[in-house]
Amino acid sequence: MSTEAPQPSKDGAGEDGPFKGPSAIEDRLPSELLAIATPAIELQGIDKRFGTVHANRAVDLKIGRASIHGIVGENGAGKSTLMKILYGYYQADKGRILIDGRETRIARPSQAIKAGIGMVHQHFMLVDNFTVLENLMLGAEGAFWIRGSFNNARGVLSQVSWEYGLEVDPDAVVGDLPVGVQQRVEILKILFRGAEIIVLDEPTAVLTPQETQELFKILKRLRAEGKTVVLITHKLQEVMEVTDRVTVMRDGAVAGTLNTADTNKRELAELMVGRRVVLRVEKTRATPGRPCLEVDQLTVRDESGTARVEDITLAVHEGEILGIAGVSGNGQSELIEALAGLRRIDAGSIRLRGQVVALPNAELSPADMRNLGVTHVPEDRLKMGLISAFDASESAILGYQGDRAYNGPLLSDRGKIVNHCADLMQKFDVRPPEPQWRSGAFSGGNQQKLVLAREIERDPILLLVGQPTRGVDVGAIEFIHQRLIEMRDAGKAILLVSAELDEILGLADRVVVMFEGKIVGELTAEEASPKKIGLMMAGVVGNGS
Amino acid sequence: MAEALIFVLLMIDATIRVAAPLVLAAFAGMVAERSGVIDIGLEGKMLAGAFAAATAAAMTGSAWLGLIAAILVSIAFAMLHAYACVTHNGNQVVSGMAINILVAGLGPTLAIAWFGLAGQTPNLEGPARFAGFALPGADVLEALPLAGPLYKEVISGHNILVYLTVALIPVVAVLIYKTRFGLRLRAVGENPHAVDTAGISVAQLRYLAMAVNGALCGIAGAYLSTAAAAGFVRDMSAGKGYLALAAMIFGKWKPVPTVLACLLFAFADALQIRLQGVAIPGIGEIPVQAIQALPYILTVVLLAGFVGKAVAPKSSGIPYVKDR
Repeated sequence: MSTEAPQPSKDGAGEDGPFKGPSAIEDRLPSELLAIATPAIELQGIDKRFGTVHANRAVDLKIGRASIHGIVGENGAGKSTLMKILYGYYQADKGRILIDGRETRIARPSQAIKAGIGMVHQHFMLVDNFTVLENLMLGAEGAFWIRGSFNNARGVLSQVSWEYGLEVDPDAVVGDLPVGVQQRVEILKILFRGAEIIVLDEPTAVLTPQETQELFKILKRLRAEGKTVVLITHKLQEVMEVTDRVTVMRDGAVAGTLNTADTNKRELAELMVGRRVVLRVEKTRATPGRPCLEVDQLTVRDESGTARVEDITLAVHEGEILGIAGVSGNGQSELIEALAGLRRIDAGSIRLRGQVVALPNAELSPADMRNLGVTHVPEDRLKMGLISAFDASESAILGYQGDRAYNGPLLSDRGKIVNHCADLMQKFDVRPPEPQWRSGAFSGGNQQKLVLAREIERDPILLLVGQPTRGVDVGAIEFIHQRLIEMRDAGKAILLVSAELDEILGLADRVVVMFEGKIVGELTAEEASPKKIGLMMAGVVGNGS
Repeated sequence: MAEALIFVLLMIDATIRVAAPLVLAAFAGMVAERSGVIDIGLEGKMLAGAFAAATAAAMTGSAWLGLIAAILVSIAFAMLHAYACVTHNGNQVVSGMAINILVAGLGPTLAIAWFGLAGQTPNLEGPARFAGFALPGADVLEALPLAGPLYKEVISGHNILVYLTVALIPVVAVLIYKTRFGLRLRAVGENPHAVDTAGISVAQLRYLAMAVNGALCGIAGAYLSTAAAAGFVRDMSAGKGYLALAAMIFGKWKPVPTVLACLLFAFADALQIRLQGVAIPGIGEIPVQAIQALPYILTVVLLAGFVGKAVAPKSSGIPYVKDR
């Protein structure tokens, strides 16, 4: 490292970036001044029911002009519903909306657009086979013939994209663009319509950390231009990083609105969940026993012949959690699938308690692996973990549907299946505990708990678990982490693949870092730090250097 | 030599006559599916239009009033389809099929009730039909080599609905690609959520598309009973609605390729008529049934093998429900 770098390398200031000097004060000033002025948005007593679900309960909310306002809450807390009401996508049963202090009727998105409100939805509202320009124009075409307004729009687009640093090719087909760029198109669409209020619903869910930083820069720029930004998220880190004020929602109601500068992640998490939350699970030192899983020089190639897993050797012992860290797409998925019997292997071997279970061209099937006591929580619950159109009770026996416990002499036994599911739901706190509900009707966290329950309750000797808390809210994360630690303490071997660094650091007793299909380093829990693992994940530092 | 030329020209002429209602129906299907509504009821709406046109023409003696009646009746059925599929999120294939079955029975039944004929309408004559007419100068120019006969046999001599169809081709293409309505139409069939959040009513747009669809089917129906034939006959659409659907898929939901596909199918049909009873050297006379099957065999072969990847508008067939 060069000596002329002026930044002090104090690790403690890491969270807020190196400059927490004058710029931080500037950031905060406008919001404090504007708290006195008329808020850009004021919601009064917004109430909304969907059938039996009370999605919003008498919500009052004020959002100051030219500020970035965060709305956080668990999945299903009603934050998206509230913003969709503001956007006219849904209509409130009761309540008033005031824009710049004037009561405004917003029954349709067109009225919201007219009132200067734009929204970037969680699922992008873009037409994939349209060009950027066509998407921009949709709904704002002006005259009957589109040619004239298209030429106009092209000019406006280059002006706006230059102004906000949102560069895109107006003639690119949107479906071919990466998600980060598609999101820019969404923002441009809103700016093009002259919006003063911009609502973003979970905008970072689809972005890489770098793209997220880019987005935050754009949001700050928008604020500097006097726009009001509302950011819906469940990632507390982001709230702390970019917002001026934050509103916490719980069960459809506002649990509190705070100045970001006066709060912290722990306080927000507790407001979200309504009780104390352990952000980091308490655990004792592991007492590893015999090796359970031994992988020797394993290589797995994909359909095109590229090695996705290359020459990997590792072992998981009884009573320990081995964490596999790495940026998604560096071979972790292929590794865990090979271990579960879902992929053919091209070289090396896999042994379970000393017994060979996979050699090239002699792999055991997933069913065989299950019978040997290896259960698998797949990375993508909707693709591989459960079938969203099935009842929860049916999803709860997937993979074990042939088990005598669920079958009569000829037909499957519905009663037993439902009872089994009710039992799992009770043990794993799946809410609502309704075995007859469609699997897809549960929130992400509850789906994940159901899949975990199914696999953990089989009492495996080895649990393979991929991304156990992806898209899962804070309360459920805590629960899932505790169950994994309990399993470990009961002497089971656990192999954990996660892209969340915090999760790896919180759970794993040993950490292996994968980069481009290879293991680039191994650390014990004591040695592991975000910085060390982060560098290994980027492929910068190899083992021992 | 001259005989061969005349044969070719007559074939082209016949192709155009057969293609006209196909193009109208295929465009109707295209507008519907571009808006996200699958329309398997083209056949039924054409037949309803044919019956309405023949009935109105028989009663009033005016082919033009027949055309207007056909358009109105066909639009009414299109609105019924839209009511079931757009307003009530019904199954679009079932609704379309229901229209086909309903009309197939209703037409002949009403014909019996009103005219006492065996499921037909009275024979149309004079101004109650759209007859072919010669374009100016057809006889004068005939003497010119090639261009003369081409003008006389192929371009001149059709009925007004053929010329209307030819005029509608660029009109529909421009409507879809160059206008606000077209942009929204293309968008709503791909991603209605994007349209809704852009502040445009999805239902309104789909109803509008179905109105256009009904009008086009109505013209196609009037063509069948008051231009191509002289009255309504039971099942006179004879699968043309389905053929039009196939042409639309073969044309990948795009105007010009769809027209070309219609011409191809129409050519097969014209050829089929020509080949009936003709002994082919080396093979002999082919049974009529086998020859009549030609256009349909062609359809199956083309759709199975030569279309390549036909990508339908992504949301066609899926009722629009706000949440996802």
